[in-house]
Amino acid sequence: MRKFKEFIIEKLILICGLASIFFVFLIFLFLLKEGLALFKIITPLNFLMGKSWYPISEPPQLGILPLILGSLLVTLGAAIISIPIGVACAIYVSEIAPQRIKEVLKAGIELLAAIPSVVLGFIGMVTLVPWVKSMFGLPTGLTALSGSIMLAFMAMPTIVSIAEDALYSVPKTYKEGAFALGATHWQTIWRVMLPAASSGILAAVMLGIGRVIGETMAVMMITGNAAVIPHSFLQPVRTLTATIAAEMGEAVVGSEHYFALFAVGIVLFVISFAINVTADLFLHKRK
Amino acid sequence: MKNYKRSQNIAFFCLFLATLLIVIPVGLIIVIIIQKGLPAINWQFLTDIPRQGMRGGGIFPAILGTLYLVLGAIIFALPIGLLAAIYLSEYSKENFLNRMVKLAIVNLAGVPSVVYGLFGLALFVIFFKFGASILSGSLTLGIMILPLIITASREALESVPQSFREVSLSLGASKWQTIRHIVLPNAIPGILTGTILGLGRAAGETAPILFTVAAFYLPQLPHSIFDQVMALPYHLYVISTQVPNVDEKIRYGTALVLLVLVLFMNLVAIIIRYKFRKKKKW
Repeated sequence: MRKFKEFIIEKLILICGLASIFFVFLIFLFLLKEGLALFKIITPLNFLMGKSWYPISEPPQLGILPLILGSLLVTLGAAIISIPIGVACAIYVSEIAPQRIKEVLKAGIELLAAIPSVVLGFIGMVTLVPWVKSMFGLPTGLTALSGSIMLAFMAMPTIVSIAEDALYSVPKTYKEGAFALGATHWQTIWRVMLPAASSGILAAVMLGIGRVIGETMAVMMITGNAAVIPHSFLQPVRTLTATIAAEMGEAVVGSEHYFALFAVGIVLFVISFAINVTADLFLHKRK
Repeated sequence: MKNYKRSQNIAFFCLFLATLLIVIPVGLIIVIIIQKGLPAINWQFLTDIPRQGMRGGGIFPAILGTLYLVLGAIIFALPIGLLAAIYLSEYSKENFLNRMVKLAIVNLAGVPSVVYGLFGLALFVIFFKFGASILSGSLTLGIMILPLIITASREALESVPQSFREVSLSLGASKWQTIRHIVLPNAIPGILTGTILGLGRAAGETAPILFTVAAFYLPQLPHSIFDQVMALPYHLYVISTQVPNVDEKIRYGTALVLLVLVLFMNLVAIIIRYKFRKKKKW
């Protein structure tokens, strides 16, 4: 009897263990199921490269190039801000900060990661957006720049914690060797620690960027949501994620618009899949 | 020599500045929300339904809705997540399948939250015909926090020393008895930490519940798991972008309640972890 009970439990454990694979497939399957119907109406190339997104005009124009460029622009801005600051902070936390301050900083960064994106979006709306507007003398502060700044803050916790892990796991002997040769602490960090941790830091940067591309609420609240091809950081843009979030509520189930939004979901899924698999390869290389 | 020392000082100062650039805004965000939100908080705000087209009254239905959703998500995600963690730490071998499972978990954690929303809409709302309901929303949130719970629980299980298992097995206990009576009890603080972090994550997410459960305005409480509910993060989004002329105080108040809810859970998790680390006997 006990044998039988344990047999059942162990099978259950195996099933749950494989559940993650099942869910990833399920997500992809259902995105495809709803999204692929679009390509009976429009070719994938026209969908990805089409320059105008007017989903409710007659006939609907479903080109997502403006949305892709919007996402890329906001992500680029966020990366420029968050990568140097994030990596620098990781070095400070792992190498320089005294033990006590280190604990406090790590807790603080964890708190930043925990702030819901809708709260960051709200704070961005009431503080950052008016500031950007008056600083650059713009008609509206809802711009790609505002989005980039806010998103940088959402990428930083990811970058800092993973890069810090990477630095921490560099063998102590590397550091001792450099010190023994008379290198200063900074020379050791710059010439020994950073190169040794480089693949982990690269993974940290990629996962941070992945977080930014997938971010939805804060972006929707502060980038202005204009679906036009962007030319500068100081104009409103609309991202892939914000388009889904803003329009799915109004799209009629089974309409071309509905299929198109699922197709945008497929694009996002494929991007995040590529980023995560590559980052995982880098992290494994380190071990 | 002096030159090296000086460039080191400059470099360290820059690193310190970068750290401040992260820490100060975080502090400011929290201080601003507390300072401007606190005056809005009173008994009526926390227990009344929204009135005057959400420009007055309280946010009770949204608080309750979020609690239901979070509870539903954890009921679904904790058993699966825990068993999956047991599989990874106790049963799986270093082979291709194990590698695939880990990769799937990483990917599940990286899927954009709005894509979870689409998935929930397609599978639970439309395919299973649950409609926009607490059930659909909870299941969607549950799958979203699954990787977080698996990863945290696995780390907790793996940190139990191998010798504990060996002693138990050598006394004649079966593998499952060893896990049940030796490994799990020693891993509980870590599992608890992961679970609470998952709760906090589920409470704050907006995009996955947009099309699966969240109601724009619903000044009554749900009767079953097939009802729609209001939820705090969506309510904050609605009153700050969709409804004009909402008193600033109400917006900040709602943001404060949501922030306190989420940060409180994170703080509890941090404290449990800290206490446990100190008490650890091995």
